[in-house]
Order: sequence, then structure tokens, then C-alpha cells
Amino acid sequence: MADISSNFLGIKSPNPFWLASAPPTDKKINVLRAFEAGWGGVVWKTLGSQVKNVSSRYSAVDYGGHKVMGFNNIELISDRPLEINLREIEECIKLFPDRAMIVSLMADNDKKSWHELIKKVEDTGAHGFELNFGCPHGMTERGMGAAVGQDPEIAKMVVEWVMEVATIPVITKLTPNVHSVVPTGRACVEAGTNALSLINTIQSVTGIDLDTLVPNPFVAGKSVFGGYCGPAVKPIALKMLTTIAQDPVTSKVPISGIGGVSTWKDAVEFLLLGASNVQVCTAVMKHGFRIVEDMCEGLNNWMDEKGYATLNDFIGKSVEKITHWEDLDINYHIIANINQDKCIHCGLCYIACEDTSHQSINLEYGKPYNTYSIKEDECVGCNLCKLVCPVDNCISMVEKRKGDEYLNWKDYQRLGLPLNDH
Amino acid sequence: MIKNNRLTKEQYQQNFSDIHPPFETQDAALVEANRCLFCYDAPCTKSCPTSINIPKFIKQISTDNIKGSAHTIFQSNIMGAGCSKVCPVEKLCEGSCVFNLMHETPIHIAKLQRYATEKAIDQKWQLFERKKSTGKKAAIVGAGPAGLSCAHVLSREGIDVTIYEKESKGGGLMTYGIAAYKVTPKFCEDEVNYITSIGGIEIKYDQELGKNISLVELQKRYDVVYLAIGVGLARQLDIPGEDATGVIDAIKFIYELRNNDFSSLAVGDRVAVIGLGMTAIDAATQAKRLGAKEVTIIYRRTEAEKPCTDVELDIAKLDGCNIIWLAAPKEVKSINGKVNQLVCSRMKLGEPDASGRRSPVDTNDTFELDVDMIIKAAGQTPFEKLVSDISIINTKGKIEIRNCASNIKGVFAGGDCVNGGKEVVDAVQAGKDGASSILSYLGIKNE
Repeated sequence: MADISSNFLGIKSPNPFWLASAPPTDKKINVLRAFEAGWGGVVWKTLGSQVKNVSSRYSAVDYGGHKVMGFNNIELISDRPLEINLREIEECIKLFPDRAMIVSLMADNDKKSWHELIKKVEDTGAHGFELNFGCPHGMTERGMGAAVGQDPEIAKMVVEWVMEVATIPVITKLTPNVHSVVPTGRACVEAGTNALSLINTIQSVTGIDLDTLVPNPFVAGKSVFGGYCGPAVKPIALKMLTTIAQDPVTSKVPISGIGGVSTWKDAVEFLLLGASNVQVCTAVMKHGFRIVEDMCEGLNNWMDEKGYATLNDFIGKSVEKITHWEDLDINYHIIANINQDKCIHCGLCYIACEDTSHQSINLEYGKPYNTYSIKEDECVGCNLCKLVCPVDNCISMVEKRKGDEYLNWKDYQRLGLPLNDH
Repeated sequence: MIKNNRLTKEQYQQNFSDIHPPFETQDAALVEANRCLFCYDAPCTKSCPTSINIPKFIKQISTDNIKGSAHTIFQSNIMGAGCSKVCPVEKLCEGSCVFNLMHETPIHIAKLQRYATEKAIDQKWQLFERKKSTGKKAAIVGAGPAGLSCAHVLSREGIDVTIYEKESKGGGLMTYGIAAYKVTPKFCEDEVNYITSIGGIEIKYDQELGKNISLVELQKRYDVVYLAIGVGLARQLDIPGEDATGVIDAIKFIYELRNNDFSSLAVGDRVAVIGLGMTAIDAATQAKRLGAKEVTIIYRRTEAEKPCTDVELDIAKLDGCNIIWLAAPKEVKSINGKVNQLVCSRMKLGEPDASGRRSPVDTNDTFELDVDMIIKAAGQTPFEKLVSDISIINTKGKIEIRNCASNIKGVFAGGDCVNGGKEVVDAVQAGKDGASSILSYLGIKNE
């Protein structure tokens, strides 16, 4: 059995699965249920400035009959009294001393407010802080949340205020609503944050009701940009995580990965790209806390199969595999091959290639079943046919190198090699 | 004993309720629609005699464009609603769904088609616009699938159509010749009304060719005539005792079933059904569901040669009908003129016949079956005398056509009266083809 326990900045948890700062972590009853279900830790829903939430807070994007491929919310930080939150945090820590308790913070934009908040929260016995520099709705209009994370100077200033008084580890959560997460990430690391977490939600409009013409979520005839999350944002989160993991400054601190993590496989991908643990929200909002069981078991089985004893054995292993385009090997060439025994004659590969790619698939008419085969000379190996094929392993990409040696674009130009002629 | 009123009202209702129930909710239809792969040059479409663009109409259900979906279906098959209930889809669209090749359940195409088309009929969506009248007039004989399909295309193109129908209701075999648990009289009526609601189509009922109207008269009054008179005469067994009381033909049996209250229909205790086509299955299951204690289907070949589909055979088996393979009726025995026994020959398979199937050969070994009712479902024959009397060239009653035109100028034909009896969906296509030929004949460009 692999050891899936996690140590993040000295904060220990039985597994690397934390619940992100969000509605599932906003009070004792939820958090205790989460711990009972087996979650390794929670980031308590953001405390700080006084707010009041609206009714009708969530909306979703469904795709191809699947509910909640993407999800957005316009809920602000906790609107419960600070004292109740603090008391409940303390109680949860006592009941589950082996779990990580991080508290998310977003104070008004002055040093005094931050200092007071930090002291009060530290008294609960919490193990760490997460600074919410990412909330993309509502709070930004008051100069908080993403408004801080979008400006490296302001972010740096706030982190410095925090580090003046904090005696427990500080994680700074980054907003994806920027052209690059690296500048703010660097500023925060330079200001002393102990770790980074990313991504927060992405500003979005999930859709419009075609009867009322009001976008979602509907609040008394109006709507507002909401924070997008769920499976749909995972690829964006992985890209941003990679830029943080590859940067010489930001890669010095541990990273907590967030953004569409729904399964153990998603978690492994975040860890491979440099995250030390992951935070989950949308998946539990759809399915409940019980999903952590398979996350732990799946991770464990995968690690056993691959021979990884601890998480550290594979964290970051894929970071160096993402390179620059100009370093890719142009001599690497693949050609599609259709396994005729598996083909169900749906024609999806054909029409995709014919209409939108390189007209590399031959159609031989049959009634009712056509036969499809690859025109090897035309195929550029783009993968499209394989991607749209509904049958597993029916289309495979066969390696047929153009040359034995590694040849990148820079060499290609330098050697004056020929470009395509059609 | 042959008697009626064997069951309670509730039992009749249950026995004759929809055998293929529709999707109960939109969500259920969506789940199924989303399962469709949206194949290119789809095998299902190629397997539909009317070439409905099936992936497209299913996609339209999934995008909540039900109106577009119904239009896609009706554009190719104006009886798409009825076909969704009566087509043997297991050997047509659903039979060729690519999911079969993955050993997965094929898409429930018929059920989805029913979902879209029933909505259109219920909501009375008028999805086609009739072009301005061309002043040309067409007479169609027979308001069955071929006649209605032809009428709809012609009316769309601005032809004024009059249909002459010998029955008092339209729909043809859909209304009179198909098991009651597949379509209800109300549905058939709604479907006919929906088709004619485009305008330019008048149906004159109780008008039979050769009785109330003559071809010569129609030729005088109309620019073209389209014969869609179907088939209708049950093939006789030609065995001794066939005229005994209790021997009836399946066409008549189902006709009565479709026109009367179930409780008024008399059925025997022990019923033999001769034949194993779709009509035989319909007759057997309906007899059982009317309360017959025992129903035995007699078929002269083996299961491998059977004309009905596996799905249909399963319905009969699940209804508790017995099947005796390799048996042919030899003699009907009766007491006081009433059937009491069917003598059958045991058969064996010989050389392949014209149909390519191995032909049954009498072994001269016989057995008796105690029965009090015999339903003959050994096929139907065309109206040979009728068409010969009006000088139309035919082969054993089947009208000879060339490009849908008969030997008489301006007289076209299609459907069962030409092909000898196929599916409803084949008749619909025949009607389209006929309309297309008629339009060329009239010099009107067909879209």
C-alpha cells in the first residue's frame, strides 16, 4: 500500500485532498460531514469583510446531456458572523485533530483590518491561512478579491502586511482573471508567502434564458458575471499551474492545485504538474463528500501500480515535459490507422477529416455500411480522427518518423529544409 | 367455443394498450437523443425506405428544436408518426444502427421519431406550405399510406388533389390492418387530418373503384390518376372444409378488431393461425389478447425462413402463443358445420424455391389439432379482377409500372397494389415516387 498522506508546509493530512474555500466549507455541520467522509483537510470559507449574499447564486453549463460540465457562482465570502465561524473552526479542529484546517481570509483593504483578523483566527488553532486574492465577483467592486490579485503591487503589499503578524503558514490564492498568473505569483513569493494556490474561478456568463433573455443566474431580472469552475476549467488550471511550477521564483514555494478536480486522475495530473496537494469544490457540490473514497482508493491503486511509495515520488514529474513549441521534434511523424475489425462505420472520422482537416480518409460506399480507410500519403497525423472516433483503440496513430534524428524548427530553418508544397 | 366478452373492461384496456410506450418525459428523450453518435452517411438513414435523415432529426431533439426535428422527419415521410409505431425497425433503421456493431442497444430511433412527430400532430404544427394552385387536378384512389403520401407531395406543389376511399376512414392498412396495440383509431384519424391539413386535399369516403367510381370517369375529370388501392384479398388455403364456420381470414379479423369495441369481438377457445408473416403475428397476439385460451401458429417452414422479425415473434411467444414449425394445413374437420379439428401435414425442407428459401415438402405424415377457430394469414393477393377489368397491365393482379406510370396514359400507381404488399414505409416512399413522376408528367418542377 502506497502512503498517500500529505505534508504541506508542515500541515499534515491523511490524504492530499482538501476541500476548497467555498460553500461546502462554510460551517461546522458541513465540515464535520466532510471529515467523516474522509477529506484530508478543508479551507474554511473566506472570513473577513462584512457581506450579505443574494438569493439565486449558482448556474451551470450542461453539455451533451451531462449536467454541470461547468458551474458558476456569484456568492460572496461568508456572510455569517465572524464569532460563530471562529467558534465552529475551533470545535472542528478539536473533533478532527488529524485533518488540515486552513482558513481563507479577505479583510478590508487596510493593514489594521488584516492584522486584527489574523490574530483572531490564529486563536482558533487553525493550521494555516489562505489569502483570497481571487474572488472575481462582488468583492472586486469593493477593491478586494481579484482586484488585489490582478495587481502585483497591491498583492505584494497585502502579503507583506499578513507576513508581519502571521505565525502559521500562509498560502496565497491566485486569480486566473489575468493574462498570466506569474507576475502576481512572483510578487507574493517575494513578499514572503509560504505557498501559492491556484486557480480561483474564472469570470463568466454561463448562458442566457432564451425566454426571458436574462443571463444566468437570474436575480430578479438581472445577472452578474460569475466565477466559473468545474471540469470545464481544468485544462486552463493545469496550464496556469505549469507556468507557476516552471517559473524560477514561484516554483520555490509549494503549490496547492485547484480547478475542476473531480477524480483521482485529475488530482494525479495536478500533482504531476507540480501541485503538492489539490483542493476540490464543484465535484462535491454535484455529488456530495462521498467522492473522496474513490479519490483515495484510485490514487492508492495507481501509485501501487506505478511503484510510487509516497506522493513526493511523482510530484512535478511532468513539469519538464511541457516545453517550447520550437523545441518540438519535427521529424516525429504519425499516421492514422483504422482497425477495420473494430470500425463501426459511423463515418465520424471521415466527415471530420474531409470537412475540417486534410481529406485523408477514403470512403468506399456500401449499403448500409461504408468502409473507411486512411490515405497514408495525405495524413498529417493531426489526431482528429482518433479523437472523434467513438470506439476505443479503433483508430491508432502509428509512428513513421520522417528522419531518425531529432530536428526542431530552429534547425529546420537553419538548414533551409523545404516547406509544404500543397 | 367462439364467443365475445371474455374479459373485463380493464383487461381489454391493458391487453390493447400501447405496446411500445412513448418517452414519458423530455429528459428521457434527451438522454436517448444524446446517445446518438450523429453518424455521417448514416446506416440508419440508408436502411429507411423513405431515407429519413435520422441523425439530423435526433440531433434536433437534443438541441430542443423539436419543430425542426418533426420537419426533418415529415419532409421524407409524411406518415413518420405512424411509421414510428408500426415499422419493423429491427430490420430497418434500428437494425443497422452502428451500436449493434458494438453489441450495444441500438438507438431507439422509432421512439425518438414518435416523440417529435406526436408533438407536431398534438400541437398541429403546420410545417409545410402549399404552393399557389397550379390549376392541375389529380385523383388518387385509396387513402392509405401510398395515396396520402402522394397527395401531400402533390398538394405542396400546388396540385388540387381528390382522394377516393372505399372505406369510411382514411389511413388504409394503418387504420384497418394493423394490431390494435400498435396504433389506435384516434391516432390514425389524427394522422390523416394532420396530413390533409396542408390544404388542397379532399378525401371522398365510401367511394370504391369499380363500384361508385370508374377509372374512365376519373380520367375525364382529372389531369392524372394515381392508383393506390393496396391489396386486400386473403390468400385461400384451398383445402377441404375451409368454408366451415369458425374459419376466417386475418385481414377480416383485424378489420373487425379495429372497427369495433373489443368486448364485441368473438374469439375461440383454441385458435389456430396459419402463416407467420407480420399479419399472422398480429392475428395470433390479438386473438390471445381477446381472451382465447390457446393460440397455435402453424408455419410450414422453420424459424430460419420465417417472414416476421425476431421482435415480432418474441411478442407472440411472450403472449403465450404456441408455434408448430414445419406444419401445413391439410384439412379442416367440423361438426355441424363448425370447426373442431385442423389436420396438418408434417413438412420437411427441400430445395430452395423462387424466394431463395428452402421450400417445404410434405412428408405425408399428419397430425390433428383440436381447434374451434382458424385464422388464415397466409398472405394477401392483389385485386386482380379489378385491375384487369379496367385494362391495366398486371402480373397476377400486381400493376405493372414504368417510372410509376401504368400502361394507360395519365394513370399512375404505387404501393401494395404494385409490389404485392410491403411495409407502410415502403408505400409512403412509393407515394413520393409516384408524385415525382406525376409532377414531371404535368411539367411541374419538383423541389
